[in-house]
Amino acid sequence: MKIVVIGNGMVGYKFCEKIISKSADTPIELVVFGEEPRPAYDRVHLTSWFDGKTADDLLLATADWYVEQGIRLHLGDPVLQIDRTNKTVQSYKGIVETYDYLVMATGSAAFVPPVPGMDKKGVFIYRTIEDLEMMKAYAPAARSGAVIGGGLLGLEAAKALLDLGINNTHVVEFSSRLMPRQIDEQGSGILQNKLASLGLKVLTGKNTREILGDEAITGLQFSDDTILETDILVVSAGIKPRDELARAAGIAVGPRGGIVVNEQMQTSDSFIYSIGECALYNNMIYGLVAPGYEMAEVAASHIAGEAKAFTGFDMSTKLKLIGVDVASFGDPFPAPESCHSIVFEDKFKGTYKRINITHDGQFLLGGILIGDAAAYNMLLQTTKNKLVLPANPEDLLLGNRSGSADTGAGVTALPDEAIICSCESVSKGAICQAVTDGRETLDEVKKCTKAGTCCGGCTPMVKDLITATMKAQGKYIRNVVCEHFQYSRQEMLDLIKVKSLRSFDEVLDHYGSGEGCEVCKPVVASILASLWNDMILDKGNDTAQDSNDRYLANIQKGGTYSVVPRIPGGEITPEKLVVIGQIGTKYNLYTKITGGQRIDLFGAHLSDLPNIWEELIAAGFESGHAYGKALRTVKSCVGSTWCRFGLHDSVSFAIRIEERYRGLRAPHKIKSAVSGCIRECAEAQSKDFGIIATERGWNLYVCGNGGSKPQHAQLLASDIDSETCIQYIDRFLMFYIKTADPLTRTATWLNKLDGGMDYLRNVVVNDSLGIATQLESEMQLLVDNYKCEWREVVENPELRKRFSHFVNAPTDKDPTVKFETMRAQKKAAEWK
Amino acid sequence: MSTTHTTTTSWFLACKTSDVPTNGGVCVKYKEEQIALFYFARRNEWYATQNLCPHRQQMALSRGMTGTVQDEPKVACPFHKKTFSLKDGRCLSDEHECSLTTYPVKIVDDMVYIGVAAEMEMAGV
Repeated sequence: MKIVVIGNGMVGYKFCEKIISKSADTPIELVVFGEEPRPAYDRVHLTSWFDGKTADDLLLATADWYVEQGIRLHLGDPVLQIDRTNKTVQSYKGIVETYDYLVMATGSAAFVPPVPGMDKKGVFIYRTIEDLEMMKAYAPAARSGAVIGGGLLGLEAAKALLDLGINNTHVVEFSSRLMPRQIDEQGSGILQNKLASLGLKVLTGKNTREILGDEAITGLQFSDDTILETDILVVSAGIKPRDELARAAGIAVGPRGGIVVNEQMQTSDSFIYSIGECALYNNMIYGLVAPGYEMAEVAASHIAGEAKAFTGFDMSTKLKLIGVDVASFGDPFPAPESCHSIVFEDKFKGTYKRINITHDGQFLLGGILIGDAAAYNMLLQTTKNKLVLPANPEDLLLGNRSGSADTGAGVTALPDEAIICSCESVSKGAICQAVTDGRETLDEVKKCTKAGTCCGGCTPMVKDLITATMKAQGKYIRNVVCEHFQYSRQEMLDLIKVKSLRSFDEVLDHYGSGEGCEVCKPVVASILASLWNDMILDKGNDTAQDSNDRYLANIQKGGTYSVVPRIPGGEITPEKLVVIGQIGTKYNLYTKITGGQRIDLFGAHLSDLPNIWEELIAAGFESGHAYGKALRTVKSCVGSTWCRFGLHDSVSFAIRIEERYRGLRAPHKIKSAVSGCIRECAEAQSKDFGIIATERGWNLYVCGNGGSKPQHAQLLASDIDSETCIQYIDRFLMFYIKTADPLTRTATWLNKLDGGMDYLRNVVVNDSLGIATQLESEMQLLVDNYKCEWREVVENPELRKRFSHFVNAPTDKDPTVKFETMRAQKKAAEWK
Repeated sequence: MSTTHTTTTSWFLACKTSDVPTNGGVCVKYKEEQIALFYFARRNEWYATQNLCPHRQQMALSRGMTGTVQDEPKVACPFHKKTFSLKDGRCLSDEHECSLTTYPVKIVDDMVYIGVAAEMEMAGV
């Protein structure tokens, strides 16, 4: 059997994969023609090309894969003619191939509205890697940008313009709202506000009449006589199916385009199939990858003699647009008379959620999520599998507010046939079966079932299913550190404490195997420091430290280090500032104020570190532990000593806190702040623990986080005095140190803690576990054992010796280190 | 008269064994080159590779953490934790990454010697 595939896009590629796996016994001859110069790539993640992914990273399979599978792949060579009588095709380069079956996966082209001036320089479409390359080449000349089209692809294109450095970018949409096919008016409003806060302006209800400019574009003229000036324009106003080849061959096409197919994906010529965005099924073009993959599966099955039918496809979708979650599932906006809608809108946070339920409140019909789509997978499954809703359906949006019981039973409630991965159409049953068969890690399950290998959106559910299936088999889910230690971090800490072990080698001898690795070494080193607070470079533990801890400094581009002296509470005398300035000048360091009210000195050679610190220590500074998973900084506002609003002396309290916990090592870094009043200038609620003055004392907040997933700290105790506050912080930090997984910040730790904040408050404030005194005395031991690590190095010639680049030329600096100049200071040379 | 070129290993003195931290690495200067030298104390094995991490072209591998995966000795670059086999220099965490050059090491009287390829010009008849 010989099959010719026209088109090597995502769907064409998927067909090859499917037909090969279905025809293991019957040898087939497979020939593929592709118009683009490279093999099929991931068009869904096209924008990641701007984040640094190369064209090769985006490939679905390398050219070698086609060779291995025995596929003859003709790239840069579109098919120009189909001779249905003789069953042959002829390509642009003149290649003629016969076929038994022909599969047309010709995809779609960008729809370009017939507006005068579309041929001007600076007007682009957004479809292929070549389009991106042309945009990138033109972008440096552009200061403002515009995108015509406010749908999915249009917003993606707008993101591409932002990524290219064009900050003044407008999206122009013809209809009255963004993403008109997926979200409603109210949701569009929230999305527009959210995008505006990210620098992307949106114009809706705008009909473009003309592209302005002589040779190159200078602006858009709208039908309401307004003008938008722009230097670059990307047109992303929709797609039109590539049906011209089929049309010329006399195959039936729809009145508005698209190759007409039946449930088996056959065209009007039963030897010719059509799949993907060029196929018109039931008067509908499916412009997403998941239905395209399903069509590939159906066509491959039919050719291989299996019975399978395409009967339409759920167009639910979830994506991140410029960092904003947007999801739409089931029927996002049914006619008002056919359903009830529950809507939740938070203009402050920029979230909008809508679910549509049947009149009897039994079933979910669909909905929209903007700003927070965490519930998408569960809601989609609830819709698709017609699960009966809980008594209070609003809990689906707001969570259960009455007690600690879970809302619904999560993944376990789904039927086996529920499709978890819609891209690869993998059912819950298939995933659970893979786990039962012994594939118990995410990677193994992905490899075996292909679930989660396309868009990755279902990965959290796949993980939950693996855990749930293993638990159901009575398996204890072991959260072990790595191949060298078959224990969790918490178990390791208990074991090391019981045996009073003090070095990585001892721990490896007692509880490990092999030589250790870059995962377990820092975990053990951190546990040892959290238990005993010994000098971290002693007892052979230096080589078990992560690189920054090993050299007590932060490695930066080019291999030099940065130095951060501790400046408790951000308070510093003018004399000490002068010393930092002198040291910076003497060692030619780049200086910058950090986000934590300290000063960072960059570009120090390894061998200069002990000399720099010798001078800093002589001036009364000590290590700031910026290199460690340790307490970093306790930020403060100026407080009642100067501020007319201040209730208490926040600086003094911040200094006291910072000096108490300096050098404290933990599973991850710890940040803190003290604010002198409710205006919260020190931003204490974004810290691992934060303190805010009240009329009657302090409010203590815990488990906040800035960073990539910001989370507000939660109130642990209110109106407490300074001693109680420190007592609670002792207990809180020690409990965190003893129970958190490696590299887990307090916010994530709390999110995973059974019982959450209520439980934590019971342990810390009410001493429900009866361990409060123990936690306090463990903390006191660490406080008493504190010494400045850098002072110990400076005073110890043996330790100082380790700070040289060449072991056999200790005075030579690394000659490959290069600096450039910027704004009268140096910067690291850019790396390759 | 003709000349033939053959490649042999020439050994240079790098440092004393006590100069190298147990279970860690140091950087050795050899002419204009930088070589990372590692000591696995528990199995008394020595390894040497180029000091340059091929990922971002940083002279950093000697400062990386050593360890094993399935008993194969490896080093992790301090910059982005790419790991490389010390046996053959291949990248263990990314099959598309370039491999490291490795060098033989021998210990004589508590002195560490590293072997480099030396192109010898031999006079032939």
